[in-house]
Amino acid sequence: MSVERHHLAWALLALAAVAITAYGEAYLSGYGRTVLGFAGIYAILAVSLSFSNGLTGLFSLGHPAFMMVGGYIAAILTFPVSRKGFMLPDLPAWLATAELSLLPATLAGGLTAALVAVVVGFPVLRLRGHYLAVATLGLIIVLRVVVNNADGLTRGALGLNGIPRLTNLWWILLWLAITLLVCWRLKHSSVGRSLMAIRENEMAAACMGVARARSKLVAFALGAFFAGVAGALWAHLLTNLTPNSFDLALAFMLVVMVVIGGSGSLTGAIIAAVAIMLLREFLRPLEQTMNAYGLVQIIIAVLLIGTLLLRPQGFFGSAEPRWLRLGKTVREPEGSAAADPRHRRATAPADN
Amino acid sequence: MLTLEGLDVWRGPSQVLRGIDLQVRAGEIVALLGTNGAGKTSTLLTISGQLRPRAGRSTLEIDGRRHDLAKLDPAAIVGLGVAHCPEGRQVFGGMTVLENLRLGAYLRDAAGVPADLEAMFGLFPILAERRSGLAGQLSGGEQMMLAIARALMSRPRLLLLDEPSLGLAPQLVEQIFTTIEEIRANGTTVLLVEQNAALALELADRAYVLESGAVHLEGQASSLAADPRVREAYLGLGPTAVEAVL
Amino acid sequence: MSGGYVLQQLINGMILGSLYAMIAVGFSMIYGIVRLINFAHGDILMVGAFTALALLTVLGLPLWSVILSVLTLCAILAMAIDLVAFRPQRSAPQVNGFITSLGVAILMQNLGVLLLTGQPRPFNLPPWVKGNLDVLGARMTVLDLMIVILTVVVMAGLVLFVRRSRLGMAMRATAENPLAASLMGIRVNRAIATAFALGGALAGLAGMLWAGRAGQIDPLMGFLPGLKAFVAAVIGGVGSLPGAVLGGFVLGFAEVLFVGLLPPLYGAYRDAFVFGLLILILLVMPNGLLGRSQEERA
Repeated sequence: MSVERHHLAWALLALAAVAITAYGEAYLSGYGRTVLGFAGIYAILAVSLSFSNGLTGLFSLGHPAFMMVGGYIAAILTFPVSRKGFMLPDLPAWLATAELSLLPATLAGGLTAALVAVVVGFPVLRLRGHYLAVATLGLIIVLRVVVNNADGLTRGALGLNGIPRLTNLWWILLWLAITLLVCWRLKHSSVGRSLMAIRENEMAAACMGVARARSKLVAFALGAFFAGVAGALWAHLLTNLTPNSFDLALAFMLVVMVVIGGSGSLTGAIIAAVAIMLLREFLRPLEQTMNAYGLVQIIIAVLLIGTLLLRPQGFFGSAEPRWLRLGKTVREPEGSAAADPRHRRATAPADN
Repeated sequence: MLTLEGLDVWRGPSQVLRGIDLQVRAGEIVALLGTNGAGKTSTLLTISGQLRPRAGRSTLEIDGRRHDLAKLDPAAIVGLGVAHCPEGRQVFGGMTVLENLRLGAYLRDAAGVPADLEAMFGLFPILAERRSGLAGQLSGGEQMMLAIARALMSRPRLLLLDEPSLGLAPQLVEQIFTTIEEIRANGTTVLLVEQNAALALELADRAYVLESGAVHLEGQASSLAADPRVREAYLGLGPTAVEAVL
Repeated sequence: MSGGYVLQQLINGMILGSLYAMIAVGFSMIYGIVRLINFAHGDILMVGAFTALALLTVLGLPLWSVILSVLTLCAILAMAIDLVAFRPQRSAPQVNGFITSLGVAILMQNLGVLLLTGQPRPFNLPPWVKGNLDVLGARMTVLDLMIVILTVVVMAGLVLFVRRSRLGMAMRATAENPLAASLMGIRVNRAIATAFALGGALAGLAGMLWAGRAGQIDPLMGFLPGLKAFVAAVIGGVGSLPGAVLGGFVLGFAEVLFVGLLPPLYGAYRDAFVFGLLILILLVMPNGLLGRSQEERA
């Protein structure tokens, strides 16, 4: 396929996204816009998680923690000064008198999340795959406890409500585009290739002089930045925040999107995020009318386990669909799917 | 005793054995030669049931009864009297020498085990000295002896030995090879995988040369040792080797 | 701060430590043999607790038979989970097993919510179990004493089993080197299933005892104890059984002392403390107190 036609595919996709956004803003109800907005936010989360998990082969469950950081920071920054005084009495003066618009607040949220990621990641990233997963899960719990108990800054378990609804679909589309662009460019850059090298064989990558600690930290912090951004958008879409929204179930949901999409595949992450989000919204009324709470999670868990058993590389592997790859970018090595360790299943020792 | 016919074996996406035909008769020492990746270890793993053939047959004949090894699980194959001493020794490093040996007799009832332990300590006196030490703390040569002794503890009829000389000093290699001769003298048939073709051909009755997963040459060890193709490619002798150096 | 108060805190630490040890041992055993961080381990506690509740209140069985039933059922459940979810992926990368176990955990929790609702239910053991004992001026219930004694007995039995029995030897050999174990004629999957069964039974028992202390149960009750068992296992050195027991007690004492000896204000930060401790341990001594160096298996 020629380079022009790849560009055409991208242009068509971008046009479709703009059209959907415009349609949503003009005609959809508040609920419809919220659902569409969440689909977009989940896509941002899944892409950034796929980026940092998939490309480094490190498994972090910490995204909800970074969302929590980004969400709370941004919400405190945009919160009306008139209400800060009695709702959040412990804020320092410079915060209590500040009332920012969405963009700077979102950036601040993302940057703070990235900062937390660097501080935590610097020591934690030395750990191997599953230790990192539990350590980041621990981070969620630690941050939740902190937010729950810092009443004067966050209103604790009551949650922060009355956050202005500043997020609209255009903001989400913009940030999704930025996330995708940055992750895509990095995945296909020399940094991306060094991250891929780490995933395939850490020892070999180290020998080849890849500064693995720095590469990992970059991927981790960048993922956290976008998680923080998503948290900020989330807060200003939903207009309230409680620490308990950022729990294992959310971490799990994101993991499912990345695994089903194929770890490392950004396109797969987007498609899986939107599909699972829509599935959840369609099933939610069913849960309520049938009084069958838990059903959605059960279906999603079964989907995840089924995927891992039957198609462990996910639906897109670590590659992007051929018709979206631009001519100039670095192509996936031929047969990379076959070299993927996830395919090493047939050699299992036969045993009863 | 052992007959392989047309074995095709795959590991993941790649085929490692292509139509292997091979025979081991009772009381023989048969050597399996070839370069790295020729399929020697895969052949042994298929015999002991760790790899499953996609096509072909692997038959063991013991006491006049024939068993289709491809249909048996690894434990049942051990039970029939096939012991596999794997490449790289693979002793249980965190367990004692004695525990390693007892694990070798895992499928047997306990009655004959103490006598066999003594026999092993007779064969390899160093193991008796180290019996309550951890296997992981033995030297490479001692680990090799332990691995062989562990395999013998199952009282095998057929012993599969994978690269017993790997990484050992020449003196030790000679000792191990003397032991293999003794093992055969005690009535155990031996299928030996070896990189050191010269030594293997000296010890073995017959030999097969594998290349890219298929049998390339076969015959009496003595005639193979004289075969110019073997001399050139595996023994590093022959005229063309000299040319290659020049 | 009186001596009696300190003694009481120590006893509380021992009780909590016993429960953590019981959960962590199973967790560590499973990690040791298949290198799997099993997230669903904690949720077996929940199954054990609800089974005990049903048998006690609906069927009115005596306590000893309830304990036996819980042990059996949870052992079978753990083996079934291994068979369906983990065994097909034995040769896949470690992280796949880990994600699968996360899926199994979510599945079990939500099946619990779906079938039993998320509402907590009262969990009452027979009254004599809640009777108070006086230990040098400190108080503990009969249940607390049972917890400590059961832990000691079970751990001793487990150590004997793993060190002396044929199956125990097979489990250790499999944990060391599955290929070599299989070449010895050990049925590797059977050894692994045994580890799951033992771990499951212990988790079920711990769940029942945990519920007895808490007085109420709900479908999500197993999550946090499960995670803390992981912390305990890491403290002791993942894969080491004595390490898991030691780690359980260290964590139990540390947690109780943290809450009991610091001003009440900090009590709310208990879980943050536990996971802060985890991260610290992972960084300072990733092999734990008694663990051997953790090499990723090729």
